[in-house]
Amino acid sequence: MKVEALDQALDRLQESLNSVREVSTDISSLLHTGSAIDPFIFQLAIFILSIFIGYYVVWAVTPALHTPLMAVTNAISSVIIVGALLAIGESLSGYAILFGFLALVFASTNIFGGFLVTQRMLAMYRKKER
Amino acid sequence: MSVNFAAFLYLISASLFILALRGLSHPSTSRHGNFCGIIGMGLAVLITLLLVLPDFSRLVLILFGLGIGAVIGALIAKRIAMTAMPQLIAAFHSLIGFSAVMVSAAALYSPSSFGIGALGSIHTLALFEMAIGVWIGTMTFSGSVVAFLKLDERISGKPIILAYRHFMNMCFCAAIAIFIMILVMTGSHFVFWCLVLLSFFFGMSMILPIGGADMPVVVSMLNSYSGWAAAGIGFTLANMALIITGALVGSSGAILSYIMCKGMNRSFISVILGGFGSETLIPSTSNGKQRFVKKGSADDAAFVIKNASKVIIVPGYGMAVAQAQHALREMANKIKNEGVEVKYAIHPVAGRMPGHMNVLLAEANVSYEDVFELEDINSEFSTADVAFIIGANDVTNPAAKTDPSSPIYGMPILEVEKAGTVLFLKRGLGSGYSGIDNELFFRENTMMLFGDAKKMVESINKSLA
Repeated sequence: MKVEALDQALDRLQESLNSVREVSTDISSLLHTGSAIDPFIFQLAIFILSIFIGYYVVWAVTPALHTPLMAVTNAISSVIIVGALLAIGESLSGYAILFGFLALVFASTNIFGGFLVTQRMLAMYRKKER
Repeated sequence: MSVNFAAFLYLISASLFILALRGLSHPSTSRHGNFCGIIGMGLAVLITLLLVLPDFSRLVLILFGLGIGAVIGALIAKRIAMTAMPQLIAAFHSLIGFSAVMVSAAALYSPSSFGIGALGSIHTLALFEMAIGVWIGTMTFSGSVVAFLKLDERISGKPIILAYRHFMNMCFCAAIAIFIMILVMTGSHFVFWCLVLLSFFFGMSMILPIGGADMPVVVSMLNSYSGWAAAGIGFTLANMALIITGALVGSSGAILSYIMCKGMNRSFISVILGGFGSETLIPSTSNGKQRFVKKGSADDAAFVIKNASKVIIVPGYGMAVAQAQHALREMANKIKNEGVEVKYAIHPVAGRMPGHMNVLLAEANVSYEDVFELEDINSEFSTADVAFIIGANDVTNPAAKTDPSSPIYGMPILEVEKAGTVLFLKRGLGSGYSGIDNELFFRENTMMLFGDAKKMVESINKSLA
């Protein structure tokens, strides 16, 4: 009983601490308004530039390897697993941990399945053994 | 670990992913590329664990989840038949979509752990990014499930036309837009799940009416969607690796869809609207005139290819269905030993996903140097004695060049009719996916070999011996 209450109190404390931290960062960013650019803009810039990188890199992929390309892009988009890890590692809500766990299992299936099947496919692309 | 240092390491991980794609520009560098991808992924997971430093029980949970995924993933990757690659990829896409939705849900229920605000007061921008991610993620999930079912032939590959589907889809779009707005304004959990539900049905109704022959486009499109969904979540989590990867995957899928559409001479919009191949265009049976088809036996075929000096093999989906690639390679070897030059010609949309035929031929130990793309080999058919078509149809149909009324008019085709003799290995005289007749069947220099592709090639092999 007491332990639970203590845990709850600690959770509350953690939550309030987090919000205080956020407010403080908000304030510090407010102080810099006028000079600072919203981080979102930087993210957007990275996003847009990455689309261009993707465009050029993917056009250079030989058509013979389009199936492995799909398998590998599929595997790397499982990097979404970082979200699942955050959810399990830091969440205070049981639901969030549950969702995170589901995401973790699915993403991890995808990572292992995707990379291994790509490896299996690529191992088959051989020159002639004369 | 400091957040800034972690962000730097995420950047390295994303760069490794770029190298992974870069490696695929040639088969010889591709394995190295895949290795970069694996390192990048390992790094991303490690950074996150060091950043979060989960307590013991949570760490156990994480390792447990990773372990389950590793076992399932490894088993699937090891056991899957190469012919089943399209459905596997579709299934993998659905997993990405599902993970994206689950991560968003976790972020909604515990925003403080993702640094996007407190429960009940999530930043508006984060909510918007989350809403977009959930919408696309759910559509990727349900769309890929339908694509998987179609490709795996658990449901009919024919287009399934729902009544008033265009109207229905517009309603879905409008409703989704409204729910996204409400979600951004209120952050309500209930609205979130409504949005999930709506997007789920929208994704299904998008893919159901799209027919089997258009599957290469659908699979590529879903690949693209899974990328955009990941990028959306990346914005929510302010995670560089996710944003960059999402953009890479998104553009990759988009380019593949474009290539596939071009291979069929169809606009992306018309593929999405679907219904292609549903109207049973009963061939006009040549004005009641009985047309003559020259049928051949395995012995005839063996004789023709053995005495040729150059044979070009055109594989199609029928080869994949019959699993005839190994027998085919054996046949090619036998005639090569007789001094025949053998090449393989691959149409961009042959099979059910981009590059499907190349993988199957690679599996059967065909050297990639013998396999050519449409542009590279089309001029060679006129110098070939035999075009050996196995399980392909529409991609060779001259109507695409000559008959403006044909549904496939304008589609680039492999000009097999220019070869000295055309051998058509088919199950029957049926039409292809487009539902149209192929006049090649009735030509003087065509010989039809009816039967299961694998059995027929095996009996050709016997008569070659």
